[in-house]
Amino acid sequence: MTPFRSLSRAMLLGFVRDKSSLFFTILFPLMFLVLFGAIFTNQGVSKSKIIQIGQVAILDQAPGVGEILEITKQNDLAAAQEEVRKGDYEAVVRQQGDRYELYYSAADQVRSATVRGVFGQLVGQANAAGVPQRFTLAAEQVEDESLKIIQYVTPGLLSWAISMGATFGAAMTLVTWRQKKILRRLRLAPVNTTTVVSARVGASVAIALVQTAIFLGVASLPLFGLQLSDYWWMCIPLVIAGTLVFMAIGMLVGGLAKTSEAAAGMANLIVLPMAFLSGTFFPLDTAPQWLQTLSNIFPMKHLNQGMQDVMVRGQGPASILPELGIILGFGVVIAVIAVSLFRWDDV
Amino acid sequence: MGQTIIVQDLQKRYGDVHAVDGVSFSVEQGEFFGILGPNGAGKTTTLEIIEGLREADSGTVEVLGMSPWPRNSRLLPKIGVQLQASSFFERLTAREQIRTFASLYGIPAKKADDMLSVVGMEDKAGTRSEQLSGGQAQRLSIACALVHEPEVLFLDEPSASLDPQARRNLWDLLRAINDAGRTVVLTTHHLDEAESLCDRVAIMDHGKILELGPPAALVRGLDSATHISLAAGTLTVPAAQELAGPDASVVDDGVSLTFATHAPAPLLTALAERNLLTGISVRGATLEDVFLQLTGREYRA
Ligand SMILES: Nc1ncnc2c1ncn2[C@@H]1O[C@H](COP(=O)(O)OP(=O)(O)OP(=O)(O)O)[C@@H](O)[C@H]1O
Ligand SMILES: [Mg+2]
Repeated sequence: MTPFRSLSRAMLLGFVRDKSSLFFTILFPLMFLVLFGAIFTNQGVSKSKIIQIGQVAILDQAPGVGEILEITKQNDLAAAQEEVRKGDYEAVVRQQGDRYELYYSAADQVRSATVRGVFGQLVGQANAAGVPQRFTLAAEQVEDESLKIIQYVTPGLLSWAISMGATFGAAMTLVTWRQKKILRRLRLAPVNTTTVVSARVGASVAIALVQTAIFLGVASLPLFGLQLSDYWWMCIPLVIAGTLVFMAIGMLVGGLAKTSEAAAGMANLIVLPMAFLSGTFFPLDTAPQWLQTLSNIFPMKHLNQGMQDVMVRGQGPASILPELGIILGFGVVIAVIAVSLFRWDDV
Repeated sequence: MGQTIIVQDLQKRYGDVHAVDGVSFSVEQGEFFGILGPNGAGKTTTLEIIEGLREADSGTVEVLGMSPWPRNSRLLPKIGVQLQASSFFERLTAREQIRTFASLYGIPAKKADDMLSVVGMEDKAGTRSEQLSGGQAQRLSIACALVHEPEVLFLDEPSASLDPQARRNLWDLLRAINDAGRTVVLTTHHLDEAESLCDRVAIMDHGKILELGPPAALVRGLDSATHISLAAGTLTVPAAQELAGPDASVVDDGVSLTFATHAPAPLLTALAERNLLTGISVRGATLEDVFLQLTGREYRA
């Protein structure tokens, strides 16, 4: 066997025989998928539940309104207001002549703002058009445009899982091999560092591809219902590029950290906030503009973006090229720093 | 016969600790060279500088005509190293370990397996390195150092944690390797090991070489007393003293009656005439006495 193959094999065996790293690399991200899947199964944006007292013209005459509002008709305003206070409904609406009265609870700011927005729009349109039958609520319906939650979450969780696996794999190998004097032993053998590093890259890429296969396999189960678009396989170069950049980060961490505990802490400190700020778990569309701009400095953001483009947004193979270039660019810069921090020995 | 290793005036400091302080020696091709010294004497540091694992603060090292620092990939295939702390890949079995190391030197798996049986580890081949006993791990580590048949072999306390049987086997193995013309450098805490294996030994303390030479010459140069012991009560102490003469010392500790004398022959003759030789033991000076005299401390093995 060549040194490259035997070293990759040694690393892979070390990995698959370590139950905790297997768990954190393969099962842990799947748990997140199950969790997100369970919370959001088949649920786009849920409807706002409101109570209508008597006749309300803008609701009764707008045909599409039922798709965003779940309307319950009641007669007693006071009782209805009490139900809103308890949080069972978002708002109560009543028409008094030309005046629409909307009672909402301040407890759930987001929901009540949505309801107020919807009514503002309805009233505005009624005033502008003057012809009730021309009402259209199509403008409100963002659901077709946005992704179903599993479609959004899968590429994100996958990028996160790949990033974690690559960062931890590289950092832990470096630190424990240094601690256990394996690096010194390798230093005494006629292998060059390039071989050792490429063996680690080979092992990490193999692990990442297995992660991807399992992850996509599970997400595509009917239970989760992921629909991959035609060029989903273009996520493979992205997975490889993502592995490289996060391995470089892992090498950096492994160069700085002295113990494996320190390395794990540092890796988490880098990857977890980056995952949130890169819109891995939740979309950044509603985040402030500065945050959206800031997110561009994170390679995970670009990994995410590329994954979404080819896996679920149905974009062509060429669409990932810019993202791929950016990710690899990050990788080169970080790898240069990591190499300068590399130490064979503790002391 | 050339010089395989030439070390000149090595210096290495760790902060305040002068770990190696002006060490010079050379080792001939095919020689069996030992470095002795108490804990912290600087043996490992010296060895690691020669192997190319550490950079000396000053001084020069040449191994097979090459400098080991910076990392010299032409030299590496020719040297084999067993480190004091064994270093194995995580969660690999003994067989996987040695095969992996072998592959780094382009050695086929078959030869790696053979080496495993040479050190008597074939029945532990499928055991993970973490689950090996201390002595088994030591043997595996030695096998890994030997697998590519290096010209020069460095062993840092190879017999530490080996049982007596395994220690004898190791000695035989090392002698065979040395007889095949390879140069061996080892550090040890066992003076009997150094006496029985080494052509020459260097005794180190506080980073300096105190004495260097063939073990027998060092012992002879010591001019120390020969110890003759009999069962306690064979003679009374005054009678024994009279027999041994005024230059000898006599001690009866309740177990044995021990004479320490520089003139053993007349005393032995006198004992023989009185028919007192039953159960006698005669012990000449050993490396241990040399060590004791040089360092002023008991050997802490
Ligand atoms: N990495 C290090 N950093 C600081 N001091 C060190 C380091 N390595 C060794 N020393 C110090 O250098 C001195 C020599 O250590 P060395 O390991 O060479 O001793 P040794 O003769 O091999 O001892 P032993 O018989 O216990 O193996 C010791 O005082 C030790 O504390
Ligand atoms: Mg030592």
